[in-house]
Amino acid sequence: MTVMVYCERCGEPGRHDECERARALEPPRFCAKCRRRMKVQVVPAGWTATCVEHGTMHG
Amino acid sequence: MLEQGVGLDEAGILQVLRLPDDEIPAALQLAHEVRMRWCGPEVEVEGIVSLKTGGCPEDCHFCSQSGLFSSPVRSVWLDIPSLVEAAKQTAATGASEFCIVAAVRGPDDKLMKQMRDGVAAIKAAVDINVAASLGMLTQQQVDQLVEMGVHRYNHNLETAQSFFPNVVTTHTWEERWSTLKMVRESGMEVCCGGILGLGETVEQRAEFAAQLAELQPHEVPLNFLNPRPGTPLGDRPIVDPKDALRAIAAFRLALPRTILRYAGGREITLGDLGTRDGLLGGINAVIVGNYLTTLGRPATQDLELLQELKMPVKALSATL
Ligand code: SF4
Ligand SMILES: [Zn+2]
Ligand SMILES: [Zn+2]
Repeated sequence: MTVMVYCERCGEPGRHDECERARALEPPRFCAKCRRRMKVQVVPAGWTATCVEHGTMHG
Repeated sequence: MLEQGVGLDEAGILQVLRLPDDEIPAALQLAHEVRMRWCGPEVEVEGIVSLKTGGCPEDCHFCSQSGLFSSPVRSVWLDIPSLVEAAKQTAATGASEFCIVAAVRGPDDKLMKQMRDGVAAIKAAVDINVAASLGMLTQQQVDQLVEMGVHRYNHNLETAQSFFPNVVTTHTWEERWSTLKMVRESGMEVCCGGILGLGETVEQRAEFAAQLAELQPHEVPLNFLNPRPGTPLGDRPIVDPKDALRAIAAFRLALPRTILRYAGGREITLGDLGTRDGLLGGINAVIVGNYLTTLGRPATQDLELLQELKMPVKALSATL
């Protein structure tokens, strides 16, 4: 099981209600495992977010 | 206005922006009639994509792509196969417009080359109009975009001339205006709008609509501030939904014949119902799918709503 250590929206430790609500209309910005800022590409029908260490997520 | 298609002047726009709550529905109804009379029932559907994201040297205080703020948005380039794929996805929704956007002050040679290759690859593979938004241009770059077959150029004035220096300090409203003039003279269609909710007064909102009316753009994209973390406007409140509806009616009544497009922030400011209210209140174009750095509601939701409202999607052939 992967444990979310950092918030994917603001990069701070833990989960945040406000960030989770905002995530409905935003891609992740921080890697939840290492807190690195990810390279995020949004396209009309999806997005990808890449952490150099932990790979790429799709949405 | 219904008869002649002449828009409201600044004082008239201000009156609409100040209407009491119970008069908003009538203003939206009038704006809808003006739109139907001068633009018809068709809705122009567009997709947008960021070719170069983040790391912009400018300081537009609302923008998460400025490299001058501590925004979490990192710099990234889209490759050409992915650009073509994005154009295909957009065309598959029935959209007639695909706008390529770059977060820059103005294009450099690398960006112009990427545009040349990208537009050619899209034109070879997808039936869709290609628009661009690449910041301030030189005359030579305007000519090059025309040559590539870019049919519309977006460059937003963003806000009223009198308020612009509060929002951007690295370039002027007048510099933006001069790019728009070159674009107009080149024969490309002019797309120019802005963002409401930056802290402008209601008078400045009216001033802005009047300034757009003076420019007479083919298209006006209307954004509502979606406060972005890390930007100077990151803590601003979102626009009150009633003020957003007043603004939609007022901008349509100022610009009876323009393509008035719902752009960013509508989901946050107006929720799901807002899209319907806007389309019945003067809006006749939408951006479907995601935005540049944030997400939109799924394209299918907007397309189903258009069907329900019996508003046909403007066909590509009608725009050529
Ligand atoms: S010029 Fe465009 S990308 Fe750059 S900061 Fe301003 S709005 Fe953002
Ligand atoms: Zn958070
Ligand atoms: Zn990581």
